[in-house]
Amino acid sequence: MFDFTNITTTIDSYLQSVLPHSLATLVECALIALCVIVAYLVFAIIMIYMERKVCAAFQCRLGPTRVGKWGLLQVFADVFKMLIKEIIEIKNSDKALYNLAPFLVIMSSMITFSCLPFDKGLQVLDFNIGVFFIMAASSFGILGILLGGWSSNNKFSMIGAMRSGGQMISYELSMGLSLLALVVLSGSMQISDIVETQTQGWFIFRGHIPAFIAFIIYLIAGNAETNRAPFDLPEAESELTSGFHTEYSGMGFGFFYVAEFMNLFIIAGIASTIFLGGWAPLYIPGLDRFNEVMAYIPGFVWFLGKTFFIIWLLMWIRWTFPRLRIDQVLVLEWKYLVPIGLLNLLIMTICVVMGWTF
Amino acid sequence: MNLILLFTMIVASAAFVGIAMIVTRWISPRTFNRQKGETYECGVPTQGQTWIHFKAGYYLFAILFLMFDIEAIFLFPWATIVQEIGMSALVGVLFFLFFLILGLAYAWRKKALEWK
Repeated sequence: MFDFTNITTTIDSYLQSVLPHSLATLVECALIALCVIVAYLVFAIIMIYMERKVCAAFQCRLGPTRVGKWGLLQVFADVFKMLIKEIIEIKNSDKALYNLAPFLVIMSSMITFSCLPFDKGLQVLDFNIGVFFIMAASSFGILGILLGGWSSNNKFSMIGAMRSGGQMISYELSMGLSLLALVVLSGSMQISDIVETQTQGWFIFRGHIPAFIAFIIYLIAGNAETNRAPFDLPEAESELTSGFHTEYSGMGFGFFYVAEFMNLFIIAGIASTIFLGGWAPLYIPGLDRFNEVMAYIPGFVWFLGKTFFIIWLLMWIRWTFPRLRIDQVLVLEWKYLVPIGLLNLLIMTICVVMGWTF
Repeated sequence: MNLILLFTMIVASAAFVGIAMIVTRWISPRTFNRQKGETYECGVPTQGQTWIHFKAGYYLFAILFLMFDIEAIFLFPWATIVQEIGMSALVGVLFFLFFLILGLAYAWRKKALEWK
């Protein structure tokens, strides 16, 4: 398996030999920041294009076709259009909080994005409390949404933000519980450790029934966390104009839009990391030749393949199911997913303690 | 090193939003119109304030969430050592989950989970 730490250590030793230590660290940090921002934007553009095409396919349409070959430049045109839109100052808003909200949303999603392991050694933040850190970092995006909705002093925004807060904090619980079950199985919270263990078989196969239940719960909770249909009550364009970002124009809206798509990517990325083995190739014990062939496929291809498969799955759900009501959303979480999640955690613990895993 | 990277990411993401905001303010047109600054509520003039006492249902769920989120903080360190300590981990968490589910059952019984 190719290890990307070779490249990074080469760059690091070169910079350390040319520049003094502190300056070299600074240059490295700047390089990393630049890489992450570029990757973030590239994936955002891919996601928006994919969403349009997948949506069109599910509705028997063609999607964007005019701008560029197969409409490939449509997203670039949209970004440029958004940049040159006028920023409208709202008279009655709380200015400081109104301007702060996009910062919080983007910061949360970008920090979580930098925790994803794209390949062996190709990961920016790798804490020993990785899973916990991801949950913590992704949950303060809720603050941005709540602030944005509250500070714009608009009734639609306020209702959207409140719904979003209630829904997102509730679904964080079952997300945490399903990840907890997998931490029990792996015995480590560090993302690189978790993926390394899965080169000997993906967790969804090794943890069999409880891992599969946790995967399903995670997908439902993740779909609700990203505020997408059937859980898109916070925006609910047919009842709340566009929910918490009604009063944002131009790039302010653009950031919420990008963060929403990137949160989808992050949710799918975490699912593929923790359940489907991240960059780890498919491993079937006993079939040595098959495993060798699979190991030839580069790690980032595996990671992106699994991630985009889950994204496609979530998009399929989004364009198939109608919207729920807020009481139905909360009942689904508190009366079904939380008890099932707790029970599943118990089953997983019993399986691990008794050694009933592969 | 990890903390430096975390700090880098915080600064980078803030700078990304800040720079994009400055650029868009710089190249976007500016026109003045008295009605532009009004709250947009589908064309109807706004009635009253938005910052009022709001439905208590959401706060109830937030309080319930607090209870279970603290539980998650306690369970994560436990989850990392289940394989090492084996059976005693299972017995310990059985007691823990029993009291937790008791709390959920109490909230359920008191109809705190109904949307009113």
